[in-house]
Amino acid sequence: MTTTADPTTHEIGNARTRKEDARLITGRTRYTDSITPSGTLYLAVVRSPLAHATITNINAEAARSAPGVFGVYTAADLGAEGIGLPCAWPVTPDQKAPQRPLLAVNTVHFAGEGVAVVVARTAAEAKDAADLVEVDYDPLDPVLDMEAAAADGANLVHPDLGTNVSATWVFDSAEAGTGNSVADAIAAAEADPDQIVVRRRFRQQRLIPAFMEPRSVVVDPTGEQITMWSSTQVPHILRTMTTVTTGIPESKLRVIAPDVGGGFGGKIGVVPEEMLCVLVAQKLGKPVKWTETRSESLLAAHHGRDQIQDITITAKKDGTVTGLDVSLLADMGAYLGLVGPGVPILGAFMFNSIYKIPAYRFTCRNVFTTKTITDAYRGAGRPEATFAIERIMDELANELGRDPLELREQNWISHEEFPFTTVCGLTYDTGNYEAATAKATELFDYAGLRREQEERRRNNDPVQLGIGISTFTEMCGLAPSRVLGSLSYGAGGWEAASIRMLATGKVEVITGASGHGQGHETAFSQIVADQLGVPFEDVEVLHGDTQISPKGLDTYGSRSLVVGGIAIVKAAEKVVAKAKKLAAHLLEANEDDIEFSNGFFSVKGTDKGKAIQELAFAAFMAHDYPEDMEPSLDSDAVFDPENFSFPHGTHLAAIEVDTETGRVKLRHYVCVDDVGTVVNPLIVEGQVHGGLAQGIAQALFEEANYDESGTLVNGTFVDYTLPSAADLPSFTTGVSSNPATSNPLGVKGVGEAGTIASTPAIVNGVIDALRHLGVNEVEMPTTPQRVWRAIQEAQGRSTQETPVDTHSPGAGLGSIDPNNPQGEVQ
Amino acid sequence: MIPAKFDYVRPSSVEDAVEALRQGGEDAKILAGGQSLLPVLRLRLAAPSVIIDLGGIPELRGVREDGDRIAIGAMTPHHDVMRDDLVKQHVALLGQATETVADPQVRHRGTLGGALAHADPAGDLGAPALALDAEFVIAGSSGRRTVSAAEFFVDYFTTAIGEGEILTEIRFPRYTGWKSHYEKFNRTAQAWSMVAVAAALKVDGGTISEARVGLTNMGTTPIRATGVEQALVGQPATADAVRAAAERATEGTAAPSDADAAADYREHLARVLTGRAVLAAAG
Repeated sequence: MTTTADPTTHEIGNARTRKEDARLITGRTRYTDSITPSGTLYLAVVRSPLAHATITNINAEAARSAPGVFGVYTAADLGAEGIGLPCAWPVTPDQKAPQRPLLAVNTVHFAGEGVAVVVARTAAEAKDAADLVEVDYDPLDPVLDMEAAAADGANLVHPDLGTNVSATWVFDSAEAGTGNSVADAIAAAEADPDQIVVRRRFRQQRLIPAFMEPRSVVVDPTGEQITMWSSTQVPHILRTMTTVTTGIPESKLRVIAPDVGGGFGGKIGVVPEEMLCVLVAQKLGKPVKWTETRSESLLAAHHGRDQIQDITITAKKDGTVTGLDVSLLADMGAYLGLVGPGVPILGAFMFNSIYKIPAYRFTCRNVFTTKTITDAYRGAGRPEATFAIERIMDELANELGRDPLELREQNWISHEEFPFTTVCGLTYDTGNYEAATAKATELFDYAGLRREQEERRRNNDPVQLGIGISTFTEMCGLAPSRVLGSLSYGAGGWEAASIRMLATGKVEVITGASGHGQGHETAFSQIVADQLGVPFEDVEVLHGDTQISPKGLDTYGSRSLVVGGIAIVKAAEKVVAKAKKLAAHLLEANEDDIEFSNGFFSVKGTDKGKAIQELAFAAFMAHDYPEDMEPSLDSDAVFDPENFSFPHGTHLAAIEVDTETGRVKLRHYVCVDDVGTVVNPLIVEGQVHGGLAQGIAQALFEEANYDESGTLVNGTFVDYTLPSAADLPSFTTGVSSNPATSNPLGVKGVGEAGTIASTPAIVNGVIDALRHLGVNEVEMPTTPQRVWRAIQEAQGRSTQETPVDTHSPGAGLGSIDPNNPQGEVQ
Repeated sequence: MIPAKFDYVRPSSVEDAVEALRQGGEDAKILAGGQSLLPVLRLRLAAPSVIIDLGGIPELRGVREDGDRIAIGAMTPHHDVMRDDLVKQHVALLGQATETVADPQVRHRGTLGGALAHADPAGDLGAPALALDAEFVIAGSSGRRTVSAAEFFVDYFTTAIGEGEILTEIRFPRYTGWKSHYEKFNRTAQAWSMVAVAAALKVDGGTISEARVGLTNMGTTPIRATGVEQALVGQPATADAVRAAAERATEGTAAPSDADAAADYREHLARVLTGRAVLAAAG
């Protein structure tokens, strides 16, 4: 346990504005693209406009002789034909993982895949010359529908694999010994008139992470170490994986993630352009930079979600759930991303959510198509799971004629039952679903809105009201290393921290959790200020450079605070222990008689003592210190969590649907979340707001659309409809805290909670508004057209859908096809 | 997002601009507010040899009274149009439609003339210009000519502006005392119109005596809903009468189909939104 006798709590819970923001909002950021070592050359990627084709010829003569061009290289020119990018998550022993090349070799497998690179003195010259590279293709049939792709006899993305199914991953609670057999539960329910079976198919559309700062890489090969700056979430993983990919010794690589402008999982990968910059920089002996355009980002950076979910739930007619069967198809795209195949598997443990489900089976087939790869996107597997369970709970409530909130309460784990081991074998440490729900329904005026809904239905109001519910939990704080081992993940889940006590009493904190907009510097400074009893301003947080922070596993899966933050606490405890020993020596007292409080080490029962700053100086001077210690207070720690953290919350959405036009308006949104101890309420609020916006966007706005030839047709921000502040209401947020028992701060993750929770709340609300009209399903995003058609069909007015011309110029700039730069606009 | 190389000229008079256009030939491109052109350049969907920036020509900017007309310089930014007192008083429908264009940043840069000359059928300013019988003043090497709105819009992104010509001014008759409304339907707040309806009415004693209705994005050009206009005249401004008239909104339209909306849905929207626009205008 802690050596902190009387921990101070002045900073934890303080809604400080973020110390990093003054720099970020006044243009003093250091993004990768603003780093230009002298002599830097610029790299542009020639990308395939076709989804699936054989490359028959590449003519680079014109490009090579264009102004400023140093070279044009294919994979063969770089000696990279045998190099494949890593996949760190073989989810099954027989997982089929095709080589993911740096540049396509012979065959392109998705539109946007790199075919060659151009290197020039300026970015403009590189782009100009890239347009001059002539690539001849022999088109092959694209593979676009994951269900068809998984069927026997399907056209194959990688013929040598013999199948488009990469892996089939199964969890069965009966086999695992954690629950009953679902097959039995379904058979029993089908045979029993007092039970019910509800089957639904849900579609998780393909999304684009759409981080603010486009990806960028700079590689400088001129030093003893090769230095790589990259707009990445994972500098440490990137360094190791660069070694794995290129064979460059890890000790010869320094990776820096400077200021990184968002990621949302989209910068968790190790990408071809990073490795290409390394190879080209080595080949030419000069620094090389690549910065993507927004269109390249939407087209070629990994996408998220994209699943078909077949869900079967069984229940007694009194509402008690007896079994849940989940069968997924997950679209991997053309290759496997770094953790892509594991993303749907992370969801496996969350379909049962907060409910006591006695029998559970999960099957997922990961499928290849000729589309951009999918990988982690905010929530990664857990939003998909939460959507399915929260949607099917509403469907079950409807079938049983029950209030959906009551049905949930009947089945959820009551607060007296914690800790609770679920049908997946996870142990939820704390939570109180009743308390969060009670607070949320009060803030929302649940009863009042139900009355209004009834009134609008009675009056046949053209604008109908729906109430959307999502009572979610998630597992985050990735992750206990042993659990990752049991899932065959290619790394542990620990995090590292160091604390350096400087001679003048200031503190440097080094974390391996590399932030990219979350507010790590502020939150970690608050924690250290309390742990060491030093002023907040005296703490400097350093991260994102393997020379400064040599050890770490980076930032994803809501892990920075609950894993990285605890590593910092552990390091602080060691600093305090060393300082206590030094204090006892200098004060000529017994160590047991030293008390530590508010940064001051005092001798019990006296007014004698030393401030931590004095002890830091004494350790630096080293004129007088105990024989059995080194003259330093500096300490390192590596923390491996014993469990995930399980935030939860109740999210309620009031949705108005204009039945004449199909327009959905989110009128009011209330969420009450339990994220354990809150270090900084302002940062938590920001995380929740941003998370809600992204989750709501999946429900209402976003989808990456491909046409029948496999072209991404909404690959610009003009037509990939991200919402802005004007499209969202002010959120009402509340907190219902139950500190986690799995870590000394009692914290739980918050980065993904809003995204995971909100999507089903919105869709449930849309359907609740229309249920009395006969509508039971609207696919996401619930666009006005989809809602209007659902109403027409439910009312028996079949609509004749005109064939959609996705290239129609009727949608303003949306007509622009980024894959067809030859297209002409007047 | 790097455009291909181009030359740049910034003339200070319309005459100089016309001359620059003549010298530039068919590869020259005119830059107004740049809100459509710059994305196209950056995506390399267009690669003009020379860009002629009209931003340095004072006479193209501003709103003035010219006899019985309100004359708006082609380079007047949207923001200035919608805030202008003459526009509010005499051409309110144009101001209302302008308020719905994109976001404040775009409205400060984008211009009335640029938007109309670009002639995107999903753009919001063509329908009110057509409904209000605007006149378009076009300058070329042989002087200036004026074309009616009905002649101006030719096809997708195509207008009556000929090679070597520049749109200089848009002139509106006065609709002082008319009631109007622009009803826009789009997916996100900043998006182009999926469908929109521009409606202006003259109401005398509760009866509609004159009606102007224009449709956005229901064909390759803005479309005048003449059937609706005829059906409205002489009717009381009541919900039933207006909705009945709005049923004729799709006459003569050729709605496009795209990922957001197929033609049948657009047609449905046109009828619903026409009813709403007229009722909102009638107040």
